[in-house]
Amino acid sequence: MLGGRSIKNRLLIGTGKFANYPIMKQALEAADADIVTVALRRVDAGSKTDNILDFIPKKCVLMMNTSGARNADEAVRIARLAKASGAGSWIKIEVIQDNKYLLPDNLETLKAVEILVKEGFIALPYMSPDLSMARRMADAGAAAVMPLGSPIGSNRGVKTRELVQILVHEIKIPVIVDAGLGSPADACECMEMGCAAVLVNTAIAIARDPVAMARAFKDAVAAGRTAYLAGIASSGSEAAASSPLTGFLRDETHSIS
Amino acid sequence: MILRINGKEEPVEGPLSLAALVKARQLCPEKIVVEHNLRIVSRGDWPQVTLGDKDTIEIVSFVGGGGPWKTC
Repeated sequence: MLGGRSIKNRLLIGTGKFANYPIMKQALEAADADIVTVALRRVDAGSKTDNILDFIPKKCVLMMNTSGARNADEAVRIARLAKASGAGSWIKIEVIQDNKYLLPDNLETLKAVEILVKEGFIALPYMSPDLSMARRMADAGAAAVMPLGSPIGSNRGVKTRELVQILVHEIKIPVIVDAGLGSPADACECMEMGCAAVLVNTAIAIARDPVAMARAFKDAVAAGRTAYLAGIASSGSEAAASSPLTGFLRDETHSIS
Repeated sequence: MILRINGKEEPVEGPLSLAALVKARQLCPEKIVVEHNLRIVSRGDWPQVTLGDKDTIEIVSFVGGGGPWKTC
């Protein structure tokens, strides 16, 4: 359950960076995506670009993202514009001031969550995995928290693993790892950790075959979730035999040692 | 008069309504959302909004998203 809706597919997909909209559409279909993120941008005079919404399967929930916002006020403005455009009220709150690592500004993000939840938005804040902040966002009414795995578009995987794991243990709302997941293995890892979902964009969009990669991520997410539910066995530093070691070919009296 | 459209100052012949501005810029009304002086104006109200000197207008639409938007 997320934002009052039952979501089957735990792979959320971002729609940036695809070579073109038809390929993006095929990838979304291959992944059987339920939730996709889109962004708002300024439109120049005479621009005749295709409408991205025509290439998003009808069953998908649109999650608008506030990318481009540098503070809470800008995020709120973008959210209101998104809602006015008829995209619904799901909003991924992304407030970034840092242009090198694109790391989120947690404090401004929290402020935006507080305002937008009061206005009736389903708010999903993109955040640095900090327990206190995640708690505050949950208390403010966020539908989920979206900690980063590693910097956006870096494809480096779950470098924040220890911190994300703490959120999974301590936060009552869903934890969705967003950003930096480079391969299906990374997505699977998040799901095995007990994350509710992952959001992937770059790793699918810039793959040599984005459609096949979308399918791979879908399978990895499903596998990771199943493994989490099945209960992953604990690891140890010494061997633990998986077959009986009864020495039936040996006589104890003649044992070599 | 001077309008600040999507962060850029542009000289425009006035008087002009929001609807006329959108038309002059050859934009498809169904695909865009317009903000006038920080207030969102619904499509049906565009003809009634007369633009004044130094007004600020944002015209946005959906794109794949995504990374940071390039600010001016």
